Amino acid sequence: MNWIQIGNLEDIPRQGSRVVQTNDGEIALFRSVDDKVFALNNKCPHKGGPLSQGIVHGTRVTCPLHNWVIDLETGNAVAPDVGCAHRHEVRVAHGVVFLEVKAGACKAAA
Amino acid sequence: MKTDKKTRLVVIGNGMAGIRTIEELLKMSPDEFEITVFGAEPQPNYNRILLSPVLSGEMKFQDTVLNDWSWYKDHNITLHAGKLVTKIDRKNCVVEAEGGLAIPYDRLLIATGSNPIMLPIPGINLPGVLAYRSIDDVEKMLVAAKNSKRAVVIGGGLLGLEAANGLSLQGMEVSVVHLCDWPMERQLDQVGGGLLKNELEKRGLKFYLSRQTEAILGDDKVTGLRFKGGEEIPADLVIMAAGIRPNIALAKAANIHCERGIVVNDTMQTYDPKIYSVGECVQHRGQCYGLVAPLFEQAKVAANHLAEYGRMRYEGSAVSTKLKVTGIDLFSAGDFNPGPDDEELLLQDSARGVYKKLVLRDNKLRGAVMYGDTLDGPWYFQMMRDETDVSEMREHILFGQMHIGDSGRGGASNVANMPDSAEICGCNGVSKGTIVKTILDKKLFTLEEVRAHTKASSSCGSCTGLCEAILANTLGDYSAKPSKKALCACTEHAHHDVQEAITKLKLKTIPELMKALQWKTPDGCHVCRPALNYYLMAAWPGVYQDDSRSRFINERVHANIQKDGTYSVIPRIWGGVTSPAELRAIAEIAERHEVRTVHITGGQRIGLYGISKENLPKMWGELVEAGFVSGHAYGKALRTVKTCVGSEWCRFGTQDSTAMGIKIEKMTWGSWTPHKFKIAVSGCPRNCAEATIKDFGVVCVDSGYEIHVGGNGGIKVRVTDFLCKVATEAEVLEYCGAFMQLYRESAHYMDRTAPWIERVGLAYVKQHVVEDAAGRAALYARFFESQKYSQDDPWKERAEGKDAHEYKALATV
Repeated sequence: MNWIQIGNLEDIPRQGSRVVQTNDGEIALFRSVDDKVFALNNKCPHKGGPLSQGIVHGTRVTCPLHNWVIDLETGNAVAPDVGCAHRHEVRVAHGVVFLEVKAGACKAAA
Repeated sequence: MKTDKKTRLVVIGNGMAGIRTIEELLKMSPDEFEITVFGAEPQPNYNRILLSPVLSGEMKFQDTVLNDWSWYKDHNITLHAGKLVTKIDRKNCVVEAEGGLAIPYDRLLIATGSNPIMLPIPGINLPGVLAYRSIDDVEKMLVAAKNSKRAVVIGGGLLGLEAANGLSLQGMEVSVVHLCDWPMERQLDQVGGGLLKNELEKRGLKFYLSRQTEAILGDDKVTGLRFKGGEEIPADLVIMAAGIRPNIALAKAANIHCERGIVVNDTMQTYDPKIYSVGECVQHRGQCYGLVAPLFEQAKVAANHLAEYGRMRYEGSAVSTKLKVTGIDLFSAGDFNPGPDDEELLLQDSARGVYKKLVLRDNKLRGAVMYGDTLDGPWYFQMMRDETDVSEMREHILFGQMHIGDSGRGGASNVANMPDSAEICGCNGVSKGTIVKTILDKKLFTLEEVRAHTKASSSCGSCTGLCEAILANTLGDYSAKPSKKALCACTEHAHHDVQEAITKLKLKTIPELMKALQWKTPDGCHVCRPALNYYLMAAWPGVYQDDSRSRFINERVHANIQKDGTYSVIPRIWGGVTSPAELRAIAEIAERHEVRTVHITGGQRIGLYGISKENLPKMWGELVEAGFVSGHAYGKALRTVKTCVGSEWCRFGTQDSTAMGIKIEKMTWGSWTPHKFKIAVSGCPRNCAEATIKDFGVVCVDSGYEIHVGGNGGIKVRVTDFLCKVATEAEVLEYCGAFMQLYRESAHYMDRTAPWIERVGLAYVKQHVVEDAAGRAALYARFFESQKYSQDDPWKERAEGKDAHEYKALATV
């Protein structure tokens, strides 16, 4: 386990997203309307669109390029589309956001 | 129903309507029901619409199965297939069936469908007389086709002709006997029916019209038919296709109120509150339906109430019809027999085999019959449901939507005769064959499903009509709810309801609105949120706080996202007039930021491409310093005002179109609109600024200014409608502001001015903007009130640090 402190929950807009740069690419952190936090590769499984720029609704995000809808809890595209934006473990404690980054995780899923 | 005990639901009828209701119910309440289904036929649920292709040999029965045996097992549904229900015991809430079965219910759903009408004539029970209703009938017909030669179909309606065509393809000599003077009289007028008859005769069918069958002849099997008057024809096989009748015997025996069908209210409930009913056995608001789309609507509503959501109402369906005979293109909808107050528009081209008839009343479409070229059927159908005022398009409405041009589909018009390889969706490269195959494989019934599964029509939408036509051709009928279409899957409310509720209930935030209108999702979706944000902003200028989280990315960060995730920056160039100093500034900024592409846009602006998001605020700061403001090329907003050089330079110019364009742009820039909004001003009727394909176009003439509205040059090129002529510049500005405000207040979000005007009619626009001077002044004043809050340059604000988090990474690890 390699939990990295990323920042405060308040730094991520509600129904919004912020990006974390890693050596293997970008990870998008999402905050739902009820303050749940999720982390996915910032890359839509369809054509690589930056998911962090999409509209967050419920526990889903819509890719800004071609409107694929990705489930934040699993990273899977919502049917009938098929594909996965690799998800990462994330937790929030006392308003601080921690992310578990595994080496090569983004690359493997891209 | 929130107890531990499951609700016992018994469904009588294992057909499309009953099973669809269960599917809808399982979506909402997967674990709360113990479901038992009775089916009279020994098969699992199959697609009855596809009986004709099975008969004609184009499909196998297996291809028509919608839910196979394992589906019932997987969902713990007890299926009694091939067992007839004998009684509904309402007192004890028990359904009794053959073999002593007695199943108690908490809720009962009757979906018994309909029965073929067997005429009460001598010989009707002879071997060799069949109905055309079930797969069992089809199998018997196929056997008969192998062993005998002459078939007679009694009934020249939709079903009868499909049966006749199928038997003929199986090699039989087929005659059709019909009471009326022409076939399909309920869907076609005499001319259309005549064309159809000719075509079918060419294919080998024989017609006996205006004949009443008196008896079926034969001793131990069918040998012929006798008509009233004594004429006799030989037959080895007789198909009864004289119509269908709701199957209400069980309900009637249980004293449930029935008329023609089982009478239900808008929640699909019968007069017994524990008993619901859907499908062809139902009579709703006096109407019985025999097409699939209404049944599915009913299924959705019934499931909603069975699951105790209690939120939906079924309000009836408008239906249209197509004949499922390969290669014959026929469409009809509405009431096409003109009454004394109606007008008829006719187009007949015998050489091309094309016939169209539209029936109008009070300038609205009431009905349509089309033969040979039916591509515009869905378009007419839509206008019928929207009750669009068509007075301004009378001259060309018969030629269809195509005459105004459509890019990306190669001018295709006749879906039935297209090869499978023909590309339908130019955006996503989807061919006709793929769409047809997906419709059949995935068992799709709606345009939305076709979009989701094939992606066709899901991008620019120009092939929507073609996709609808393919769907209709494949399924055989196509219908839809009356005009009201829900804004998205999060709500039952249509755009118009939401707009009205905002002002009526004084709703001022998105959460307030979602609560008041009972949104089904906690915070909407990417379709409804931007729409709600726009409606609230348009309704409460200066009061409503823009919700950046409900903006599409481009509007949220004030730049256009590109395919690689970088952005483009397009500064405003007023009226398309620039200077060496401005160009120099743009050039230097472009070089400093290593802009990868510099491109001149169609709206006389300069686009800078390939900017990373982090760099946007810095670049904007430099542009602002050089005197530029945001060009809003990224927004559903006023885009550009395009001009020609006008009387200042041009030897033909009649007015100073350039100065006028700049004045208009200074007045309108920054305004948010339901969709993008483009303006142009041309200095003379040569129209070099292409004003007649803009949302608002001004063409200068010697005596003043022509105002044109509702054009666009996109997917569907649409030339503007002429609105009026005015004498002064001040008037142009007032009409422009008033027109934009009318569009801002009454169009649906994501409607360009062209579809908006086609929906509300030009007469509506004229009435508010031209004829009513006080109304125009009020619209103009409201436009200015709204502009007070929208002309702060978003680039300047962000260069100074607003929304900084949008442009920066949270962390680097």
